[in-house]
Amino acid sequence: MAELLFWPALLAYGEAAVAYLNEARHPGQAGRFATWGVRVGWLVQTGLLTAQAARAEGFPWSSWGGSLNLFVWLVVGVYLIWGCRPRYRLLGLAVLPLAVVLFVLARIGGGTGIGDGSRYSNVFLVLHVGLVLAAFAGFTLAAALSALYLWQERRLKRRESTILRLRAPALARLDEVAARTIAFALPALTLGIAVGIVRLRDRGGGFDALMAVTVLTWAVYGGYLLLRRFAGWRGRRAAYVVLAGFVLVAVVRLALPVTHFAT
Amino acid sequence: MSVVLVGISHHEAPIELRERAALDPQRAADLAATLARNDAEAVCLSTCNRTELYLAHESPDAAEEKAEAALLALESELGPALYRKRDDEAALHLFRVAAGLDSMIPGEGEILGQVRTAYDAGATGPLLDRLFRQALQAGRKARTETAIGESPASISSAAAALAEQVFGDLRGRMVLVAGAGEVGELAAKSLVSRGATIAFVANRTIERAAELTVRYGGEAVALDQVPEQLHHADVLLSSTSASGWILTRDDVESTLAARRGRPLFLIDLAVPRDLDPAIHELDGCYLYDIDDLEAVVAETLAGRRREAERAEAIVAQEAEKFRAWQASLDVVPAITSLRARAEQIREAELRRANLSGAERRAAESVTSAVLNKLLHLPTVRMKQAAAAADGVIYADAVRHLFGLEDER
Repeated sequence: MAELLFWPALLAYGEAAVAYLNEARHPGQAGRFATWGVRVGWLVQTGLLTAQAARAEGFPWSSWGGSLNLFVWLVVGVYLIWGCRPRYRLLGLAVLPLAVVLFVLARIGGGTGIGDGSRYSNVFLVLHVGLVLAAFAGFTLAAALSALYLWQERRLKRRESTILRLRAPALARLDEVAARTIAFALPALTLGIAVGIVRLRDRGGGFDALMAVTVLTWAVYGGYLLLRRFAGWRGRRAAYVVLAGFVLVAVVRLALPVTHFAT
Repeated sequence: MSVVLVGISHHEAPIELRERAALDPQRAADLAATLARNDAEAVCLSTCNRTELYLAHESPDAAEEKAEAALLALESELGPALYRKRDDEAALHLFRVAAGLDSMIPGEGEILGQVRTAYDAGATGPLLDRLFRQALQAGRKARTETAIGESPASISSAAAALAEQVFGDLRGRMVLVAGAGEVGELAAKSLVSRGATIAFVANRTIERAAELTVRYGGEAVALDQVPEQLHHADVLLSSTSASGWILTRDDVESTLAARRGRPLFLIDLAVPRDLDPAIHELDGCYLYDIDDLEAVVAETLAGRRREAERAEAIVAQEAEKFRAWQASLDVVPAITSLRARAEQIREAELRRANLSGAERRAAESVTSAVLNKLLHLPTVRMKQAAAAADGVIYADAVRHLFGLEDER
């Protein structure tokens, strides 16, 4: 029965995605509906995850679909920190459609069922998956912030007359929040990778393509922070680096996990 | 008791007339006090766009005459521009004024404060007190529930709002002002009011620049030092009368390395333009000239007009509430008489009953409760009938049925 929670959560996220689209077209009318859709969807999904955790014999999100389910929850959770503020609502235009698509993929991948998770569980697995997914959720939000930055910057460059009617957060603020999010997410990824290496030594196994791309992702975001700190990289260039890093996150999340989870 | 409004505004009266009828706060308060003599209530609302007298009196004709005479005493040529409104119409007008719907720029924020000042200085009684409190509420509601007052309506405030789109909070942001004329000063004032700091004022005559630094702070420098000081600034505000560019793309490009990715917002209010348009192509540089700013203001004004339609609905709702309340006043004397008569009978009967202390307290409590319950529904129904314009008929019926005619 509890797996049916998937549908109201999906419905609420879907409603929020549509409301954000409407908000972008007619500012001020649909923003509240969108925010409430996100809140309700996230709470229902929390219920689904709780039910999964309660009934699973092991760690329930170690499968590809399960980890995607948890990932969506983390992304929306991180988004909720900013998304409830009216100025940041437009961020929902980037985050919510992505959340809907990933949530559906999690369903297709069998990650939203109850009691069908992995029987295998130990603290290393929980830490490894939890930390890596939390970091990826942070990178996803940073990518959404950077996308919003580029969109807003383009409007300023084009001198769009509607710029004060449909207001987005200030460029400097978007740039700073994206950097701060990455500064929090990168240590989580570092720890997640370290825990993964310990687990790998424990259980044996080789270095797969997923691990290589994850390390590359770590290098890109690490490079971003270094360039920002020491070479003064800000603004458009920095936003492109964040988006490039997100492409790697998407690859890790969607294209390669089949091989990694099989090991 | 009726509400009467007599006034002039920017719709009919040109500035020459309005300035002669404009009153400072003290004179407006004095005029309200004078008009409120002989059981009247009065408020005088005087701004640069309007001078309006609101009176509440038993005789609306007499009140209107008095208000008209007071305005004509200020300026005899006001006659053709005067408008007169009463009760519902006067209330709706005041609510629209408070919401900024009757202003030159829809939704402008200053008027709400001016209505409050007029109310505070006025000689109000129950009717005007309620009217103005509700008008202030309607004004606030229109602003919070719609976006009518959100977007800037002038070039200088649009420039400051655009700077905020780049930097967010302007506190601590450094402004370089090139040109110390009136246009530049207005825009500088707008930036300073949002927290920005004037770092330098550059002008051809350094004395004039120094005058501006006295008012807004910063350091006065010569105009040719603009490229040199640019790396200190987050915002460059230019409005000189120079015939050529005072800053070229190369000048800005040479400072970019030192800026370390810090954005630069440039406002060119001069005609002919002061700043090389190619600056806008540089990474992190945003240049807006007077045409760009005018386009932004036109768009925000159009947005305000769209929001004004929603604000009108809010104001109409509030005006309707006031109308219902005012109408209920017609039945208040009948309700008061009915309750007084009932209370009189209750007390008389209790006196005759010859009860002990405890019995008396119990009987008082019970009879009061019975009386209140019995009269509650007729009271509510009479107020409802009053709101639907049948109040007088109901009040007469109550007076007749309960023999209250003598208590009118």
